[in-house]
Amino acid sequence: MRFADLFQFAAGGLRGHRLRTSLSVLGVGIGVASVILLTGLGEGAREYVTGEFASLGSNLLILIPGKTETRGLAPLISVAPHDLTLRDVDALRERVPGISRIAPVAFGTATVKVGERGRQVLVVGTTREMLEIRHLQMATGRFLPRDVRDAPLCVIGARVQRELFPGVNPLGQIVRVGEWRFRVIGVIAPRGVSVGMDLDEVVEIPVETALRLFNRSSLFRVLVEVRSHTALPEVERAVIDVLRERHAGQEDVTVLTQNAVLSTFNQILGVLTAALAGIAAISLGVAGLGIMNVMLVSVSERTHEIGLLRAVGATARQVVGVFLVEAVLLSTLGGCVGVLTGLGVGQVLERIYPDFPVHAPAWAILAAIVVSGSVGLLFGMLPARQAARLDPVQALVGRQT
Amino acid sequence: MIELAGIHRTFEVGGQPVRALRDVTLRIAGGEYVSIMGASGSGKSTLLNLLGCLDRPSAGSYRFGGEETAAMGELELSNLRRHRIGFVFQFFHLVPRLTAAGNVELPMVFAGVPPAERRERAAQALARVGLTPRAEHRPSQLSGGEQQRVAIARAVVMRPSLLLADEPTGNLDSASGREIVDLIEGMNAEGLTLVVVTHDPLLGVRARRQVRLADGVVVADETAGARGTASGAERGSA
Ligand SMILES: Nc1ncnc2c1ncn2[C@@H]1O[C@H](COP(=O)(O)OP(=O)(O)OP(=O)(O)O)[C@@H](O)[C@H]1O
Ligand SMILES: [Mg+2]
Repeated sequence: MRFADLFQFAAGGLRGHRLRTSLSVLGVGIGVASVILLTGLGEGAREYVTGEFASLGSNLLILIPGKTETRGLAPLISVAPHDLTLRDVDALRERVPGISRIAPVAFGTATVKVGERGRQVLVVGTTREMLEIRHLQMATGRFLPRDVRDAPLCVIGARVQRELFPGVNPLGQIVRVGEWRFRVIGVIAPRGVSVGMDLDEVVEIPVETALRLFNRSSLFRVLVEVRSHTALPEVERAVIDVLRERHAGQEDVTVLTQNAVLSTFNQILGVLTAALAGIAAISLGVAGLGIMNVMLVSVSERTHEIGLLRAVGATARQVVGVFLVEAVLLSTLGGCVGVLTGLGVGQVLERIYPDFPVHAPAWAILAAIVVSGSVGLLFGMLPARQAARLDPVQALVGRQT
Repeated sequence: MIELAGIHRTFEVGGQPVRALRDVTLRIAGGEYVSIMGASGSGKSTLLNLLGCLDRPSAGSYRFGGEETAAMGELELSNLRRHRIGFVFQFFHLVPRLTAAGNVELPMVFAGVPPAERRERAAQALARVGLTPRAEHRPSQLSGGEQQRVAIARAVVMRPSLLLADEPTGNLDSASGREIVDLIEGMNAEGLTLVVVTHDPLLGVRARRQVRLADGVVVADETAGARGTASGAERGSA
């Protein structure tokens, strides 16, 4: 028997039951679409997060006061017997030659006011080096001046500017934080959320001023940029050594590298993707059962036809072939419908949430089609063999075994 | 062409054996016209299904064209049905979603005959049963007699040497029945071996040879002497 004929005969069998065929195609379609969408979401999340951290630059160390056993992620409970201070920062700059830039960071939230207008924002105390390390762009004005650590100056995020100074040039204007007054010297170009911080919603002030404003003695973070990626481990060790020496022999600072953060996130999100894919696979399995059911009904409805095929000389294997091809056709059709639906819905989601791309990876699309075909093969096996096992005589008479 | 020797066919029904055929011995030569008659449940259909290799005997020897069928595997039996045997059933058994031509092509589809040749042979077979204008109609658009003619075209399209018909007129009015009988008798006249199972004594006596079954046993096997026996050559030998 020629394959084209087998294919055509099987397709004819499906066309004979349009409603039933389209329902089971739909079943597989939904399963496959959910595979595509959910793995797409997982992959999208992974790409999003890794993209965010990649924007940090690959030769960055992040120092966090306190030591925890968590590898990679920011410490949950940080017990810091020693503060991480600006003097530590200066010592590192002097004593570790591999460091090209170092930016201290102090954090706090505060209400920033201009006249009667007020807004809760994130106040970041830092130095000019932040601009260079994070590759910030200025919309107008300039960033904090070099070597200035204590001054009533501030740089504001794009949205802060829009809301506090609508239609007004903010440069030279005064903003109040509690009793403190800061002169605006620049506006950061819109950038959106980066590493969990909305740069459009910040007010950046000199670091020492920030420590006094929030009445803190310890820095929140220190960002260290290393001259070359290859020097990273060496610099990491040197940083730890210097800080241990300065902190009375205690290793009480956590050093994160971008790689460590990335690989942890990759792991977590990889597991997430796998879990989502697993959920989706279950729906595909359910769709497979649907196909099996449809094929079983089809076999029991078509016993006469099966008997007839045997009478005109079809072999048992040809009968298996007819029903298997039907099942595979059904499920592959569902697979294609599902891929198209999944990609379509993904596009819509991407239009709604442009920041969070749903990236169904190519392997998922290919796998979805191959898997749906295999689902048909697997779940079509039982009905097809049942069809072939029918006794031709009984099949013709209509008595069922 | 056909030699049955000591054939038994026993079914198990609820642990009880039902002996549908008992020690049947029968020879049918090429080109013969045989009718099989008997009361309901006497084993006529069982015998016909055995002859058609749709079923296997519980005991005994069945030689088709000199070859022992008990020694054949599923593939060889399918091959035999495909090329040497044609079936006509009481209930036509046409595939409803296929046209008349599509139904006639069916045996050739499973035999791997190329489409162009298939179409041509199907058209010839339909012409032979006088249904050329109905080639593109589906079974539901055909009368019972026409459906049975399509079934006959399908049965002979592979040019078999044996045509088996199980109550071919049982579901038809007498006029359509006549047409069907004329058709298959005409094919027998051209040399096709014909075995017809029937309840209808008027149809049964038309055959040159009449086999009578009772309770699975051959109780009579008469050949109408005046008209002579086997005429015509055996066709389509493998
Ligand atoms: N698959 C089967 N299982 C059990 N018993 C069967 C089976 N097929 C046939 N029989 C029995 O074998 C006997 C012969 O059946 P068969 O169908 O050959 O009769 P028949 O002569 O064709 O009757 P009818 O004229 O009613 O068609 C019957 O008693 C029947 O019940
Ligand atoms: Mg019968």
